[in-house]
Amino acid sequence: MIQLQIKISRSAFELNLDLQLPGQGITAILGPSGSGKTSLLRAVAGLDKNPEGRIQIGAHIWQDTHQGICLPTWQRPLGYVFQESSLLSHLSVTENLNFGLKRSLRSSNIVQSDATQALLASIELLDIGSLLQRMPDELSGGERQRVAIARAIAMQPQLLLMDEPLASLDAARRQEIFPWLARLRDELKMPMLYVTHSAEEVTRLADHLLVLDNGQVKAQGPVSQVLAQVVNPVVVGEDAGALVSGHIGAVDAQWHLSRVDFHGGAVWMRDTGLPVGKAVRIRILARDVSVATSEPQNTSIQNQLQGFIQSISPDAHPSQVMVVLKCGAEEVLARVTKRAVDELALQVGMPVWAQVKSVALVA
Amino acid sequence: MNLTPESWQAIQLTFELATLTTFLLLVLATPLAWWLSQTQSAWRAPVHAFVTLPLVLPPSVLGFYLLIAMGPQGPLGQFTLSMGWGVLSFTFTGLLLGSILFSLPFAVQPLQHAFDAIGSRPMEVAATLRASPLDAFFSVALPLAKPGMVTAAILSFAHTVGEFGVVLMIGGNIPGKTRVVSTEIYGHVEAMEYAQAHVLAAGMLVFSFVVLLVLALMNRRQRQVV
Repeated sequence: MIQLQIKISRSAFELNLDLQLPGQGITAILGPSGSGKTSLLRAVAGLDKNPEGRIQIGAHIWQDTHQGICLPTWQRPLGYVFQESSLLSHLSVTENLNFGLKRSLRSSNIVQSDATQALLASIELLDIGSLLQRMPDELSGGERQRVAIARAIAMQPQLLLMDEPLASLDAARRQEIFPWLARLRDELKMPMLYVTHSAEEVTRLADHLLVLDNGQVKAQGPVSQVLAQVVNPVVVGEDAGALVSGHIGAVDAQWHLSRVDFHGGAVWMRDTGLPVGKAVRIRILARDVSVATSEPQNTSIQNQLQGFIQSISPDAHPSQVMVVLKCGAEEVLARVTKRAVDELALQVGMPVWAQVKSVALVA
Repeated sequence: MNLTPESWQAIQLTFELATLTTFLLLVLATPLAWWLSQTQSAWRAPVHAFVTLPLVLPPSVLGFYLLIAMGPQGPLGQFTLSMGWGVLSFTFTGLLLGSILFSLPFAVQPLQHAFDAIGSRPMEVAATLRASPLDAFFSVALPLAKPGMVTAAILSFAHTVGEFGVVLMIGGNIPGKTRVVSTEIYGHVEAMEYAQAHVLAAGMLVFSFVVLLVLALMNRRQRQVV
């Protein structure tokens, strides 16, 4: 369990949080820029002063102003991956990896052989074995971030903090790093706080989601629940969507489609070779869902879900609204125009059909 | 070369003075420059101005105050007398002290620029990798500021070799003790020994040019690396 009480006031900004986060898995921190995501991470790390509050990771207290405890950053057993490359430019990759490892050995009771093993494991996990002799300026952006991540996890920290580790990379490099991050989540036990503004990263990586807005907690909980609430469409922008858990119910070999069954309906998607019965997570983007008041006929859209309107709330643009549809146990988001809501006289509680144009497999 | 033994002695003394000054300046200026680049204290601006003073002050002014301070009635003189060290004016130690003050901005400024250029991120990275502030200073800040240190050393050395006013005021031009190349040239000119003055002056010219050339080439190479 991670307990955070953080209160930071600056001239035009206030961060005020009091929350508990799960002690394992990836907690994604989502929010618009200026919402306090990075400030939160820096306060946890002790890089920025948290004048009043409490930071406890598991049984370890890093800060408690009432007890007069406040460890400086270098005494907090954490790993920090910065947004841009943060390798020490005067040291080779190996020396960068050893920099933290050597010092964490000194300050804890980890045994040398365990440390060596952790180092080898992190080198293997991020596949940087061929880069060890290089200097940071001889690496690509993606390679640098992989080394930075390996350097952080090799110390076996109690908490891994990642501040938009993919933001400085182009789309291709991002795709290159994704699998490594997913491996971290699956193979390491340490909890991670992962700052991002990408809904894709949230849906692909996170277990738990914390949404910040203007220095306040807007929502938090398991990813599938929080993403489905229309917390703040601005936050996720074009990527707003629902996350649905289900399993492969059938495979249609003739048309190369497979059916995902979930509580509340079923949707067809492209066959990805997954066997019947396999548990999957799919994402349905709000912009790919339309709403009809009667069962649609003669439409090219194959996926129709039946449900009722749970809420209608304003969207980022004044012409649009976000409609939350309850389909069985799952929630689906639809982004439609205000005019459509008016013409169809949509109201909360109305039974409707959702037409789903496309579905993406996320895990 | 047709240099007199006195001239050779002056050259030797000049290099001893410049080497010692450079060494002591690096030891002194590095923490000072680090403090100036990191602090948010209200003292930063006054200290910065004070350190920069020798850059704009006539050497004779600096030398004059030093002479007063080191004299038997001055605060420094009283102190050295009470410690049984005698009076520093007209000694090599006094000259060394004057040179350090005189060249202080030439050591502090390149170092401070180098530390400023590093920014706060590498030090934060070091802290997240369990390095204490002192550890991070030696293992991260100093290595990253190496170009600045080299520049500071070269400039301090060259500037000390070239000093004249302060030496004349507090050193007194005593052969073998406080007579350096610049005052030796002055002496030759006073005595109408232009040939001797020519040799030493040309030597200084070539030395200064070579130093500045080396510095410029080094800076260019660094820019290429970055």
